[in-house]
Amino acid sequence: MQRRLATSVLLAPAGLWFAVMLVLPLCFVLVFSLGERGAAGGYVPAFTFEQYANLPARGQAFLNTLILAPVGTLLALLIAYPLAYHLAQGVGPKWRTMLLILVIVPFWTSILIRSYAWIFLLGGQGVPALIEWMGFGAVRLINTRFAVLTGIVYGYLPLMVLPIYVSLERLDRRLLEASADLGAPPLRSFLQVALPLSLPGVATGCMLVFILLMGEFLIPAMLGGGKVFFIGNALVDLFLQSRNWAFGAAVAVTLVAIMLGTVTFYLMLMRRLGGARGNVDLI
Amino acid sequence: MQRITGSFETSGRDGEGLIAAFRAATKRFGDVVAADALTLGIVRGEFLSFLGPSGCGKTTALRMLAGFETPTSGEVFLDGEEVSAVPPYRRPVNMVFQHYALFPHLTVAQNIAYGLWQRRPRPERAEIARQVDRALAMVRLSGFGPRRIWEMSGGQQQRVALARAIVNEPKILLLDEPLAALDRKLRREMQIELQTLQRELGITFVLVTHDQEEALSMSDRICIMRGGRIVQIGAPADLYDRPHNRYVADFVGKSNFVDGVLREVSGALGRIETAQGLGLGGRMGGPVAPGARVTLSIRPEQIGLARAAQPGAEPVSVVNRIFLGEHTEYLVRHAQLGDLLVLVPRQAEAGAGGFAPGESAFASWHPDAALILPQD
Repeated sequence: MQRRLATSVLLAPAGLWFAVMLVLPLCFVLVFSLGERGAAGGYVPAFTFEQYANLPARGQAFLNTLILAPVGTLLALLIAYPLAYHLAQGVGPKWRTMLLILVIVPFWTSILIRSYAWIFLLGGQGVPALIEWMGFGAVRLINTRFAVLTGIVYGYLPLMVLPIYVSLERLDRRLLEASADLGAPPLRSFLQVALPLSLPGVATGCMLVFILLMGEFLIPAMLGGGKVFFIGNALVDLFLQSRNWAFGAAVAVTLVAIMLGTVTFYLMLMRRLGGARGNVDLI
Repeated sequence: MQRITGSFETSGRDGEGLIAAFRAATKRFGDVVAADALTLGIVRGEFLSFLGPSGCGKTTALRMLAGFETPTSGEVFLDGEEVSAVPPYRRPVNMVFQHYALFPHLTVAQNIAYGLWQRRPRPERAEIARQVDRALAMVRLSGFGPRRIWEMSGGQQQRVALARAIVNEPKILLLDEPLAALDRKLRREMQIELQTLQRELGITFVLVTHDQEEALSMSDRICIMRGGRIVQIGAPADLYDRPHNRYVADFVGKSNFVDGVLREVSGALGRIETAQGLGLGGRMGGPVAPGARVTLSIRPEQIGLARAAQPGAEPVSVVNRIFLGEHTEYLVRHAQLGDLLVLVPRQAEAGAGGFAPGESAFASWHPDAALILPQD
């Protein structure tokens, strides 16, 4: 009994924080999404699913997000996995620390500044100029989906590398020796031993990156130049520019629903991968 | 050794009846020479142990057989073929790893099936299942196939590791300190089980261990190593009775050592003089010239204790007595030789009764039982 009391007291601050800062606002958003836009913007109470019926109006933002977020996650995974594998199994401890720091270094600078750097790199005076100079003709990179994809993969790569690195670093090299001893060539050893054992890290990295990408608005705004819209950009626009709170709320609720579905899928996947051991990395 | 000699098969250029061989195999890691010009033949069907302290090169030797290490120079032969450059996954040997290295994401049955699964063409599922069941039965784990690895105890995991290796019917089974993680009682059981298994399967076993008791109880031959080199190789009784030097006598069984200088040699017998000027006789255990520093080695069970003085007996006082059941272990002190360990069998004490600490006694041994050995 006393123990339960202590637990409640210890959990109270966090519980209160979540209730006031998360659950309550979510309830507001849910209620708003069923309302109507006032004449001068804002919110007028009502009970209608009109806003949800109107979602296709922002279909392009949903489409961009639902394409670029998974593609960005996949690209980040394809780049991060070999890097993490090399860091964990291929280099000595001295280099490993330094390389890990290099992976994290970009975080020391604001993503805003780093995105500006990409604007210049992908802009007319940057890579396209180089390509043209080399004689491959004129290309346009900035304000395209390609630019946004480059930006998000660049920005979220470390979040993918770290969990995969952790799961691979824990991998016992003797397991790979045992696999070789039992007749599996290196590639098959990797596919049958290293890869399955690093899947929890892969799932965690994909989850982290995917969830953050779904809500991303800064990189598309800067590198997409208003041409490649994410749901995040739609929300900023609806709440701050158009002042259509009811519609904005409906978009937000839909986004939260998609993410909840993804997280549920992730947890189910983790339970299968981790077996009964419950060794879930980082989450 | 008898049971091997009957079934010799020729296996080509590396010698008759050899399943594997090292020829001047050297392995360097930077400045460290882990294996120094190893030359050794492994006889088909034998149980060979590499014995020595950590860092003596025994594990490197095993890993060169498995293919995890490539010799810096020299050659390794498997079944008549030079295999120094053959990767582990193409060698017909399997290993039981020190900490088992079982795959945590696979079940017991999947672990055991792993090696069969790698074969090309891949055997039929039913055939794999049959062989896995047979291997499980062999290590007395029938019915444990669907379990996860972490649901198994240490002793059971050890057996899974064993089954995972033998199911492939390797030409040599390599065992890297396989029993080190088990408790004493379980270790004893597994020793007997390994011996039985080896006899039943007829596979050559190569064991690496630092535990002399383990090596002595299971092996047909023991290869004693130090500093990357082979010090002596022979049957357990051979090493025990005829060690080539002090290192071997010290590593195999217990012994009392008395340092001195060899004064005279006549035939198989010699005479040494200790630092205190005491002269002691013994059998020559190795080729040593008079004047060299030598060690006299006397096994504890070769020393007798008596209450009455006899010719040639040395006066001692009993320091400690440990009753071990079938034996009693005494620590006795000699004025010049220092402390000696004496092992007296139960029946020898039945009449006269034991000695109490503080009692005086006379220690004697047959000169044949004292070995004069080179110091290194």
